[in-house]
This record gives sequence, structure tokens and C-alpha cells, in this order.
Amino acid sequence: MSNTNIVIATKKLTKQFGDFTAVDAITFEVYQGEIFGFLGANGAGKTTAMRMLCGLSKPTSGEATIAGFDIYKETERIKTKIGYMSQKFSLYEDLTIIENINFFGGIYGLPKAALKTRTEQLIHRLGLEAEANKLVGDLPLGWKQKLAFSVAILHEPSIVFLDEPTGGVDPITRRQFWDLIYQAAESGITIFVTTHYMDEAEYCNRVSMMVDGVIAALDTPTNLKKQFNAQTMDEVFHELARGAKRKSD
Amino acid sequence: MRVLKYLLVKEFKQIFRNKALLPVIFVMPVIQLLIMPLAADYEIKNINISVVDHDRSPYSRALISKITASGYFKLADYSNSFKEAFTQIERDQSDLILEIPRGFESNLTREGRQKLFIAVNAINGTKAGLGGNYLSAIIASFNKDIITLYQTGKPIKQPSIQATVINWFNPYLNYQFFMVPAILVILVTMVGAYMCALNIVKEKEVGTIEQINVTPIKKHHYILGKLIPFWIIGMVVFTIGFFGISWLVYGIIPLGSLALLYSYLALYLVALLGFGLLLSTYAETQQQAMSLAFFFMLIFILMSGLFTPIESMPAWAKVIAAFNPVTYFVEVMRMVVLKGSGLVNIQYHFLVMGLFAIVFNTWAILSYQKTS
Amino acid sequence: MKQFYSFVRKEFYHVFRDNKTLLMLFGLPITQIVLFGFALSNEIKNSNIVICDYANDQASHEIIDRIAVSRNFDIKKMILSEDEIEATFKEGDVKLVLVFPNNLNQTLIHSKTAQIQIIADATDPNTASTLTAYIQAILNSYQADMGGANKPAVQIIPEIRMLYNPELKGATNFVPGVMALVLFLICVLMTSVSIVKEKETGTMEILLVSPMNPLTIIIAKATPYFVLSLINLTVILLMSIFLLDMPLNGSLALLYLVSSIFILCALAAGLLISNSTDSQQAAMLISLMGMLLPIMLFTGFLFPLENMPMPLQIFANIVPSKWYYIIVKSIMIKGLGIMPILKETLILTGMTLFLLLVSLKKFKIRLA
Repeated sequence: MSNTNIVIATKKLTKQFGDFTAVDAITFEVYQGEIFGFLGANGAGKTTAMRMLCGLSKPTSGEATIAGFDIYKETERIKTKIGYMSQKFSLYEDLTIIENINFFGGIYGLPKAALKTRTEQLIHRLGLEAEANKLVGDLPLGWKQKLAFSVAILHEPSIVFLDEPTGGVDPITRRQFWDLIYQAAESGITIFVTTHYMDEAEYCNRVSMMVDGVIAALDTPTNLKKQFNAQTMDEVFHELARGAKRKSD
Repeated sequence: MRVLKYLLVKEFKQIFRNKALLPVIFVMPVIQLLIMPLAADYEIKNINISVVDHDRSPYSRALISKITASGYFKLADYSNSFKEAFTQIERDQSDLILEIPRGFESNLTREGRQKLFIAVNAINGTKAGLGGNYLSAIIASFNKDIITLYQTGKPIKQPSIQATVINWFNPYLNYQFFMVPAILVILVTMVGAYMCALNIVKEKEVGTIEQINVTPIKKHHYILGKLIPFWIIGMVVFTIGFFGISWLVYGIIPLGSLALLYSYLALYLVALLGFGLLLSTYAETQQQAMSLAFFFMLIFILMSGLFTPIESMPAWAKVIAAFNPVTYFVEVMRMVVLKGSGLVNIQYHFLVMGLFAIVFNTWAILSYQKTS
Repeated sequence: MKQFYSFVRKEFYHVFRDNKTLLMLFGLPITQIVLFGFALSNEIKNSNIVICDYANDQASHEIIDRIAVSRNFDIKKMILSEDEIEATFKEGDVKLVLVFPNNLNQTLIHSKTAQIQIIADATDPNTASTLTAYIQAILNSYQADMGGANKPAVQIIPEIRMLYNPELKGATNFVPGVMALVLFLICVLMTSVSIVKEKETGTMEILLVSPMNPLTIIIAKATPYFVLSLINLTVILLMSIFLLDMPLNGSLALLYLVSSIFILCALAAGLLISNSTDSQQAAMLISLMGMLLPIMLFTGFLFPLENMPMPLQIFANIVPSKWYYIIVKSIMIKGLGIMPILKETLILTGMTLFLLLVSLKKFKIRLA
């Protein structure tokens, strides 16, 4: 990456639940505008790490800054700078598309005029003109997820965190979803994404591999494949996961 | 403030779009308020009595007709033996047995003394106690009758105290006057507490609360956004019940000031909703929230003096009643509506409710964590 | 059969792994039984009374002394004028005011009759008339003693026996009532939520595509709750007998048998609710908002059913806990056998079968 503005920096970031260390002193940096893939088997600690970065969960120890704000003291300021899309689909199913957009835009404090134009753009971009006044609960899953992503970047955050955004959707929708991600990245938004799909890892600028709560590898997909002497990211993943002690569920 | 507006719009849309919820909020309370007071009547009348008359004399018949004419007792059965009458008690067909022994009349006329046997089903202690008292009073009065009517001897003029009873505030002893305002309190409480507790837990279960927690929204905005809709709904439900049912149907015209009553309601709802919030911050699932709400609701209802008087509770139970917000609102309703009590009389109630409101809401805000 | 067992085992896991819910399922009914068993009573003790004594003579003092020693009354204060009565009542904690006229003693001696005023706060008519009756009893006993040597020539002496509950304890009446109420509501709540939850999370569809028939699914869902309820019942009974001094005069086996039918009936009602609703919220609101007050009142332990208007008395017949309340009283307190409660037991059985059939039918319709 030519741009080396650091937007996420962590140093020995750790989260313990009782005796169990879910995230074990991870240190990494993410640069502005890159698509950062955060990979690992189930239970490796991806979601826990991501929840700490979003300010949903307090770290046990270690340091981190998001968009220049401290993860302990400035969580509320961080929240104005980030977008988040959780594993569970989390728009309101009993509100319409327009109502959801208005609501989330409203609570991020977007001015009325800006909200109106962005709503129109968003609906147009997703081609949802005809469905705008339908309840979100009545939409197919793929559309819901594209919508959730668009809502997560509605307030033009510097970083958006995506927790397995494409789980359970068909390959075509996944492709479309990644088009949206590229568009967002081109506009300068940093993308932090966890995924199960190794082909998606190839789309990332850089990829980190978590095993048993630590980062086992971090580099561009090309370099990683070279380093592990592998043809695909899938092989890289298997190579790394072989040493895992935690059972994936 | 703009953020709050967006939150409110969202909550109202969700509530009014939920077809299963609306009837529960607005129709169920009205129907219950219409019917339940009719079922809550403790006036002791129609006590079923089984008579075992071994004497079958003019005296015994006079006594029996005096008892049945009193209006308190209903002759359930005229048995031949105590054993027979006892099976009536066992089957709940009868509450009380009066056994008139053989020789009742002749003993009275000859010896001037005679025993009567009364056996009361005392499982319901109150009913038994009152029934026994009424029957003793009737027998005492019958005793006087036979002295004046049947006995030829000189009537003894005894000093007697006559008590005139004046029933204030409810001269016809209409039990519904007592129950309707209090049942309305319970219904408003159920709507407010259940809905409020469930609402937030549902967002937890579905996961939308995570989406809220990553936004820069202020805690107190979010909580106000949840409180205000249910506060308004509580006010509306109360108003419908108060004017539509209590006033129009039951004819209960409040003696005290409406402004005072509504001020108290407003404060009460803040405290109650704070309690609902508190439950929802501790519960993980809707099932847990409901079980908790159910537990407290039962205590709120039964320990509030609504159905059974607080005076008759043991000391430790009175303490629980004193920590029960419903107790205060039930009292205030009865005082202001039925007796016309003013602010001076309920200032203590205001104070306590104010404390409840502060404690519950502060606690709820403190325990609602955007970050875990 | 093997399928069935594995299904039941899964349901047990659901219930027993959720510690918070489990705590509530057991903790709540037990606390409630103990709480209400001790706390609820309609007997009026230590009621505040205010006296306005214009007479201030021997007669009024003697009567006041008798009131002071009665356990029904606490004399809160003496007031000097009737004008203070209204303010006293508005304070709320005084239910009765007694007014002695001027020269009570003189009037009694000379004209043999005197008038005393009892002014009651009748907002609660029941308390008002009970307290009035207590005062009148005190006045009567005073008169009788004043008569002194002039005993009436004819005396009828009523001998009153209080059957089953000689000490007139509140618990004897309230424990069976709360038992019926709590067992019923808990069972309905648990089952109604459990099926709807599977519907909401989508796991219901997985069950439906399995080769099990709907009846098996329903029974398997209900089994853990049935077992839980029996444990609950046992704990409740132990508490009632050893802590609340409830008698157990009848057969324990019979009590368990009938209780099982009652629990099944409640579970069936819960299944019906869950088969008729689509969200947990709706199911819970129906089971609680809709049922709490009606069940509480129509069980008949708070207010006598026979006081209710005819349509409501008829309606009370479809409330299962009404019948169970009668049965518990009959077995535990009256010590009756199966014959006298046959009718109630058959009604409960009929209700259970009916509810099961309807919910099974609803379930099948949903499948089609």
C-alpha cells in the first residue's frame, strides 16, 4: 500500500474470560483504505478481537488505538468513526428499508438534507427502489446483508468492521457484496473483515491468520502463499490450522 | 434531541406495527377492568348453612326462619344427622352446620338453659370467623325474642347501648368502589412493566442492540427512547380505564383532584418503567425477563394491600409491602378517588415514589453497559 | 422409542443448561409459596382506631379499656371534636372512629339506653363491616357484664367448633390457592415459550423434517417440564407441611396422582398457546397479561366464587386451577379419598384431553 496512514494499531491486546485467554497479546496495524482480512478457525478469537476494537468489549490488557482514539478512554469517540456489521443480521426486521436507513442515519446525527440524499443514493445503488417501503424482514437474506453493509457505512466512517458478512448467501450475492466492499474501500473507508471463505481472503489487500488467540501470520495473500509454499489461501489456512490446539466447533 | 426523536419514531412504529401486541396493550386491560371487579367481592353474604334439627319444635323452627331471614345465610340443606350434614361440608356444599339438639324447646322453657352446636368449615378463616359471629348475633337476638315474646315472666329492663353505624365515603358498602381503582393500577402496572422489560431483551436476543452499541448514541438517550413510548402508553391505558370504565361504567366519580392523580401516575410510571428496564438489563433472554417479571408481578399484586389488607400481614411482610411501589399507588388511588385526599395527605407517597423512580432508573442506567 | 429418548434428552439439556432460567423455575414458586403462605390473611388485627370521647366518664372509660386490650384494635389517638374525623380518614391509616356522646354513664343509668356512633371508612367495605362487627361484639360483652346479677331468665349458649382450622390461620386457605395459581402459571409459561422459541429460531423446521410424528414431538417437549413441575410440587409440599404447618390428612399418592393430571392440563394449555402464536413475546403476554388476574381471581382463594355474578361463576368452571384448589383442600385438609373428588378429577382429566387434542390438531394444520 502506498498510503501508510495507520488507522488501527494494537499492542499486546489481550482478552481473558476467567482462565481462558481468548485473545492472546495480538499486535498489528491496519492502514487507511486497505481491505484487511481477519481470518481464523472458529474459536480462534476473531470475533472477540473485533468486538474489542469496536468498543463492545473491554480488553483485559494491552493497548490499541482506532482512528487515533484510545480503545479504553475514548470508546464513544471511536464509535463516531466506525461502522459495524455483526454476524447476526441486525437491522430492525419490523421497520421498512427507508425507516431503517433514517433511523440509523438519525442516531449518527446526519443532517436531514444529507440523510435524504444519501438515502436516495443508497437505495439507487442497491437497486431497491421498488422495495424501499417493504419491511426488512420480508427481504431475502442476500439483500438484507447488502443493506446492512450499506447502512453500516451510511455515516461515512473511517473504518468498517464486518463480522462474517457473507455467511449463508449464494456465490453471486457474495460477488456483489464484495463489489460493494471495493467501492467503499475506493472511497477511502478501511475495511476490516472476518470470513470463513478462503477465496474471499484472496480479495483482501492483507490477511492475518489467527490460531489459538494469537496472530500466526500476517501479510499479503501473495506473500503468504509464497511463504507457505502453497497454491491457494486454503492450503495456507490448513497448514496453519494443523497446529491448533483449540478444537474448532 | 434529534437523536431522541429518531429513537421515538422507531419505537412507536415498531409498537404500532406489532399486531399481536396492540390488543394486549389496549383491549386486554379494558376487558379485564370491566369484568374482574365483579369477581372481586368479599362481602360475606350467602353463607350456606346446613341445619340438623333434632327437636322439630315451634322454637327450633322460629330460630331457623330467623336465621334464613337475616340475609346472611342460605339454607343449603336440612339434614337428619350431623354426619349427613358433615358430608355437605366435605363437598363444599355447605359452610356451616347448626345442630339443634332434641329437647331444645322443652329445656329452654323448663330449665332456662340450652346449648346449641355450631360447626364451621374454617379453611377460609375469615369467612368462618364472620359466619360464626353473625350466627351468634342472630342467636343472641333470638334469645331476646323469646324472653319478650314467649316468656310470661316480667321483662327485665337491661341497660343497652345502641350503636349507630355510619359508613363514610361508600355508604352502600359497594365493593366495586374499592376494587376498580386498584385493579386499574395493576393493569397499568402489568402493561408498563412487561412491555418495557420485554422490549429491550428482545433487542438483545435479536442482536440489534449490538448495532446500537457501536453507534455513538448516549446511554440516556437510548433509555429515554425506550421509556417515553411506554410512559405515554401507560398514561393512555390509564386514561381509557379511568374515564371509560371506572367513571362511565362503574360510576366512580373521583372526589379528589385529577391533576393530583395524574401527577402521581406520571411519577409512578417513571418508577415502574425504571424497574422494567432494570429487569431487562439483568435478563439475557425474553424467557428470563418474563419469569422475573412474573415473579415480581405476583409479589406486587399480592403484597400491595390490593386484595388482602396490609394491616393483617406479619411485620416482615409489611416491610416487603413497604418496598413495593404498587402499594403506594393503590393507596393513593383509593385515597384520592374515594376519599378526596389532597396533596398534604399523600406527600409521603410522593416522596417514596420519587425515591423509587430515582433508584430504579439510576440503577438501570448504571447496569446498562454499552461495553461488556 | 429410541428417537423419543434422544429427543427428551435434548429437551432436558435445554432446560438444565440454562442456569438462570432453572433458578427461576425452582426459586420463584418456592419463594412465593412461603411468602404468601405466611403473609396473606384476611384477618384484621391491630387496626388503628380513633376515639372521640365527649363523655369522658366511667362507662366510656370501661369500653375504651376493653377496646385497648382487644387484639383487633390499636387506639391511635383520642380526638376532641368530630370535625377532626374527616382529616383523620384522609390520612389513610385509620379505618374506624368511635364517638361517645356527652353523659354516657348518666344516660345509661337513668334512661337505660344510650347511643354510640361508629363511623367507618367504608372505602374497603369488607374491613369496615368486619371492624364494626368487632366493636359491636365488644359493646355487647360490656352490656352483658353490666347486667351483672340480672342474668336473663332464658339462655341459649351456642357452642362453636371451627372445623379443620381451629386457629383460623390464613395459610390453610391461601396455601392451596397459591399452589394452584403458581403451578398452573409456571407450567403454562414454560411450555408456551419453549415451542415458540424453536419456531422463532428456526429449529422447529429441523424437527418437523425428522421422521418423528407430531404427537411424539409434543410429548417430548412437555416431558422435562412435567418432571420439573413434579419436583416443584414436591418441594412446595415439603415447605407447606414443615414450614407452614399445613396438614396432610389424606393420601399422598392420591395427591400426586391428581397433581400430575393438573400439571398435564397446564402443560397442554401452554402447548395450545404456543401453537397459536408466532412470537415469544405474544405467547408470554398472553400467558401472563391475559391469564394472571383471571386465574388469580377465578381460582377462588381470594374471593368466594359464590359471591360472583352467575356468568362469572359459570366462567370460573373452565379455569383448571379452580378444580385443583378444591381437590387440594379436600385431600390435604379434609383428608378425603378419591370418591368425593371424583367429579373434579374427571373434569380436570377431560380438560387435559381436550386441550391436548386441540393443540395437536393445530400443530398438524400448521404442518399441512
